[in-house]
Amino acid sequence: MLAFLFRRLAAGAVLVVVVATTTFLLLSLTGTDVARNILGETATQSAVTAKRHELGLDQPLVERYWHWAEHALQGNLGSSWFTGEPVNQSLTDTLPVTLSIVLAGMLVAAVLSVTLGTAAALRGGWVDRVVQFAAVLGTAVPSFLIALVLAVTLAVQLGWLPATGYVALGDSPGDWLRSITLPALSLAVAATAATAMQVRGALIDVLRADFVRTLRARGLTTRSVVFRHALRNAAPPALTVLALQFIGLIGGAVVVEKVFGLPGIGTLANSAAVRGDAPVLLGTVVVTVVIVVAVNLLLDIAYGWLNPKVRIS
Amino acid sequence: MTTVEPSTAPAQRDRLLRRTLRDPVAVVCLAVLGLVIAGSLAAPLLTSHDPARSVLADTLAPMSGSHPLGGDGVGRDVLARLLYGGRTSLVGGTIAVLVAFAVGAPLGLVSGFYRGWFDAVAGWIVNIIMAVPAIIVMLVVMAAVSQDLNVAMIVLGVIMAPMVFRLIRASVLAVREELYVDAARVAGLGDARIMRRHILPVVIAPSVIQATQVFALAIGIQAGLAFLGLGKASQPSWGAMLNDAFTNVYNEPMLLVWPGLAMGLTILSSSLLGNAVRDALGVAEPVVAKRRRHRAKAAGAPVADLPADRLLTVSGLCVAYGEKTVVDGVDLIVARGEVLGLVGESGSGKSQTAFSVLGLLPDQAEVTADQLSFDGKDLLGLDLADLNALRGRGIGYIPQEPMSNLDPCFRIGFQLAEPMRKHLRLSRTEARTKALELLARVGIADPERVFRSYPHQISGGMAQRVLIAGAVSCDPRLLIADEPTTALDVTVQAEVLDLMRSLQRERGMGMILVTHDFGVVADICDRVAVMQRGRIVEAAPAARIFAGPAHEYTRMLLDSTLEGGPARGPLVTPAEPVKEVTS
Repeated sequence: MLAFLFRRLAAGAVLVVVVATTTFLLLSLTGTDVARNILGETATQSAVTAKRHELGLDQPLVERYWHWAEHALQGNLGSSWFTGEPVNQSLTDTLPVTLSIVLAGMLVAAVLSVTLGTAAALRGGWVDRVVQFAAVLGTAVPSFLIALVLAVTLAVQLGWLPATGYVALGDSPGDWLRSITLPALSLAVAATAATAMQVRGALIDVLRADFVRTLRARGLTTRSVVFRHALRNAAPPALTVLALQFIGLIGGAVVVEKVFGLPGIGTLANSAAVRGDAPVLLGTVVVTVVIVVAVNLLLDIAYGWLNPKVRIS
Repeated sequence: MTTVEPSTAPAQRDRLLRRTLRDPVAVVCLAVLGLVIAGSLAAPLLTSHDPARSVLADTLAPMSGSHPLGGDGVGRDVLARLLYGGRTSLVGGTIAVLVAFAVGAPLGLVSGFYRGWFDAVAGWIVNIIMAVPAIIVMLVVMAAVSQDLNVAMIVLGVIMAPMVFRLIRASVLAVREELYVDAARVAGLGDARIMRRHILPVVIAPSVIQATQVFALAIGIQAGLAFLGLGKASQPSWGAMLNDAFTNVYNEPMLLVWPGLAMGLTILSSSLLGNAVRDALGVAEPVVAKRRRHRAKAAGAPVADLPADRLLTVSGLCVAYGEKTVVDGVDLIVARGEVLGLVGESGSGKSQTAFSVLGLLPDQAEVTADQLSFDGKDLLGLDLADLNALRGRGIGYIPQEPMSNLDPCFRIGFQLAEPMRKHLRLSRTEARTKALELLARVGIADPERVFRSYPHQISGGMAQRVLIAGAVSCDPRLLIADEPTTALDVTVQAEVLDLMRSLQRERGMGMILVTHDFGVVADICDRVAVMQRGRIVEAAPAARIFAGPAHEYTRMLLDSTLEGGPARGPLVTPAEPVKEVTS
């Protein structure tokens, strides 16, 4: 198990390096003159040259990359080209917002998908058809469209929940919960739908397994057979899908944050992308991938805990 | 993403299309998509406005003759933007689908067909691409390369290629496992020919489904990007319309409705269409927990001349799956402490008969009987709770395949203790002590270790001993053993039979031993019932069967066993090869 986790950790590290390098190269290959963009059309050529030197853009690409990578390894992701604010600071400010809505969304998705998937697999008939149909709709509709509908109806029209803004958990837990409810729900829909279908499918397969018949032959109650044995066996594949959904959730958060006016990592990345602020964009990409790797590692541990074959070998 | 099972019936493609078109949902979806396509193609005919031209006076203009859907936040015609925006979406979705398939399909084909280093490298790259949220990659690409949405869609196609890659690779792997690809190879067909003839037809249907998903996803992501404010202002799109509408949501909420509706309907139609194709292909339906066991006629009067020590009485038992009857009027009696061998070839209905006693047949099975009683208790019409009280406690069950009959997620000790704690109301420590005793009794050298082990950590022979221990743990009066030695090594078979025989004598249990092997019958059975095509053709004491079989079929079974080979295959032309529950 430890060797397995170590391998996954190493793979995660490689992933971060590959993505960071690719992103760096992509952002360096743009034809636009960043220094000119920062200073504006009216700036003198010498000022532009000076700015370019200040940002290190007159250095060769390889040198710039080493410079960035060296600092990044020490935990310093540089500063914004436009505002001069350290990227680390921007990330520290925005990360809690994004993590709040994404993790809350994951939690909702996990609970709902197990409930719906189990109901569909056990009840069959119309329950199954309704869940399946809803799942198709849920996976198809982009989260930001759901967010728009929720924002306009529940927040703007009915005023039940705030339409915009974020309240830190430390400031007021109640308001924090209110501010993340709608964004988290919008994000949860697609993940719920996809995972519920996986739970359903896996549970149907497990319930057909030989050992389930043997457990029944031993006279165990349906409750024990389904909820203790079958669901436990169906959990690993469902967890794999949930891990994939997490990546989708982070992507969805970029747009959902805009809908609800949340100052999260997506908003940071978006404004950096629009301006062409490479250090900030690069920083958000790196942090995103690190989070993805971390969450996948956690899910790997959970997977091993659920699956003795992985744990003991 | 739902995984798509590759179809194995290439010739049914036309039928698939017809079946899809018979689904009203699919027809509605096609109509909606057709309408969207027609609208965007005919945009110049339907409106004379330029979708990118702002007229200050038309800012948030109400609906009117010249602006059927009004004007947007900066005075552009909403209808024109909706129609031309449809073009952007449809073109974008199509680009993404084409690129995703152009990149993913050939790579998946090669990866799945040749495996090896190429498969490893491709898999590695795919994992990297799938680990980064698509929209974040798109932000970087649009910041770095181009603000053109169509260029972005090409990149998106590459990002989504892994979805296609995985599907095609999995389909190819599945087909490769089929023997006919090897056969084709032996027959001298080239790889290209094999791919075209055998693999292409199989991947087409799942690819269509996947294409609808990629299309829907791409349209959503494209709109998301435009909603974020990326993309060129000259490129009208539904996402940009949503962006404009959202900034004016307090003034003119209707502006949100049109692009939202257009986008939602297009995406849903595309997805539901894919779903309709999948339905037409046919997928797994859940088994609904509903028991259908009932009496054929009004309870037959108990036959008078029966011995008082009878444990199980089965009479007129029938099991049918739809039109197909697999057990057809079986009568059986097991006396207390007696071992009955139920013998027959695969598909003769012997396992089905055994399972009907336990009430463990699949729910599609229609079970009827004149009488089905155990130890004076009528088994027909028992509710689930009463049946559960009997299973394990009154009737024990030993399955055929040891490894697949233990729950892989739980320790053996737990699996042994659970029924004892329920039936015998033992405490945790009592159950543990008894489980260890049982393990020792069934001949396991190190009970403590096996008690702590997971099923994958022990051998098949040990697992079968564990299952036997489980079957007798709650002191049942009847044991039903379904081919208990078939899956074991020959050396272990004899030991396991000995064990069952000694346990049976020691506890005075009745036993039904389902088998195809007269060697097993000779070892331990008191009486034998021979089944063929769902009927009992001969029933007699074991000695008499061996001395002089009355039925020709029994003779044939005996002969084939004596010749050495176990009688697995059908000996006479079977009426209908029926799938056994155990197989």
